[in-house]
Amino acid sequence: MIWDLIFQPFADFGFMRRALLGCFAVSLGATPVGVFLMLRRMSLTGDAMAHAILPGAAVGFLVAGLSLGAMTIGGLIAGMAVALLSGLVTRVTALREDASLAAFYLISLALGVLIVSTRGSNVDLMHVLFGTVLALNDAALILLCSIASLSILTLSVLFRPLVLECADPQFLRSVSKLSAVTHFVFLSLVVLNLVGGFHALGTLMAVGIMILPAAAARFWATGIGGLIFVAVAVAFFSSLSGLLLSYHFSLPSGPAIILVAGIVYAVSLVLGPAGGLIAQVLPRGPVQN
Amino acid sequence: MTPALAFNDLTLGYDRLPAVQKLQADIAEGSLTAVVGPNGAGKSTLLKGVTGALAPLQGKVEFGALNRDDIAYLPQQSDIDRAFPLSVVDLVAMGLWREIGPFGWLGRKQRGRVEAAISSVGLTGLESRPIGSLSGGQMQRALFARLLLQDARLVLLDEPFTAIDARTMADLIAVVRNWHREGRTVLAVLHDAETVRAHFPETLMLARELVAHGPTEQVMTAENQFRARQMCEACAGPPHVCGREVA
Repeated sequence: MIWDLIFQPFADFGFMRRALLGCFAVSLGATPVGVFLMLRRMSLTGDAMAHAILPGAAVGFLVAGLSLGAMTIGGLIAGMAVALLSGLVTRVTALREDASLAAFYLISLALGVLIVSTRGSNVDLMHVLFGTVLALNDAALILLCSIASLSILTLSVLFRPLVLECADPQFLRSVSKLSAVTHFVFLSLVVLNLVGGFHALGTLMAVGIMILPAAAARFWATGIGGLIFVAVAVAFFSSLSGLLLSYHFSLPSGPAIILVAGIVYAVSLVLGPAGGLIAQVLPRGPVQN
Repeated sequence: MTPALAFNDLTLGYDRLPAVQKLQADIAEGSLTAVVGPNGAGKSTLLKGVTGALAPLQGKVEFGALNRDDIAYLPQQSDIDRAFPLSVVDLVAMGLWREIGPFGWLGRKQRGRVEAAISSVGLTGLESRPIGSLSGGQMQRALFARLLLQDARLVLLDEPFTAIDARTMADLIAVVRNWHREGRTVLAVLHDAETVRAHFPETLMLARELVAHGPTEQVMTAENQFRARQMCEACAGPPHVCGREVA
């Protein structure tokens, strides 16, 4: 019974195993980045970035068809351009980061929609928007795993400056010149992981696996290490359950995975010991030291 | 004796509107100086000019034997994200950045120094508490512990004793006086005249322009304080009508 429900689909079908591996890779890479986005109060930046890479991916698709390389490079160029330009505008002019980012991603998005509509509607383009997790080939899997590895390595190297940049940027600027570098490398990681994620989950869903597990983890853990650990666990669980749901009930897999993550978030919101609803309402005695 | 800091015709401001004008003053090496003046007198701006966060519109800040790497700066508290999941130890250990950099290992010796710094500001026992759960006074103690570890020859404090309890203030003033004994140069923006008179040998009074600078009892006179208030009220309108001509 349990075997049939949980293991059979993966034992029988290679595409399910590939989908699971792809989703785990995305979870490993994107979720820790999402934790830092949340801690820097930049959760919506992930969403903006996801919109910003869409036109790049679409252009790549229109130029070269459903080509992994063209769409990846297109997405990277569009995402990095928006990240760099908005960062530059923020540091050089009086405009704040949220406004400059919004301006550039909206321009990028409009440009993308314009390009796509001139070529008429295309069913394959739905793959770009909503992902093709059940049709990941070797090249796509290698790309996803490489991005996850690169992302984790970069985060480990950058961990200390990044924590300082989040908690006390003024102090970091006073002792080191790494502040701007840290910020841009971090934004690059956001773009890189979203570009990786859109192959599996689509441009719009990729940001879900980045942000939802991080938001859920906030209700269970208080330290940075704990947050990352819980968030990755939530992302793994969502990937597995979402794929199984989509298999057993013939649902589209990207939305199924994100909705499971959404349910975990809702449950955490209510039950989570670190500031969840019940923990807020229940009277508790002081901590005994 | 060469000054630790020399303000040479220094004009600082935002959007080309000056907040500190044509300041000419030397800060002696090893001195303990209070920077006082009415609201909007440019006190915090002056510290930002020293750290280099704000480039001078005119003139310059000259360092004697020191350079910008010798500075430890405590800004007004509002700049730290208290919701960020850091413990007291993490926060204090940041003070070792110049020593261990972004990648260096926090060895046993350094951990010992972090502990010692925490204990010298009276926070022993709270090491693993998240900074979000600290009171205002405890937070300020933790930030002083971080300053201790920075081991800087020039310490800049921006209103370090505002909104903290009397006991914390007494403890932190003891830390400041100890820096003075160790020969460090300390420049502190302060509001409370009593504190300045009791603990700070030197005072620099600002009202955008320099009002007076020297031994505290000669600077903190009723006459100077009245003049500073008048100068700042004269400046309360658009800055371009302020005092002398602005380039």
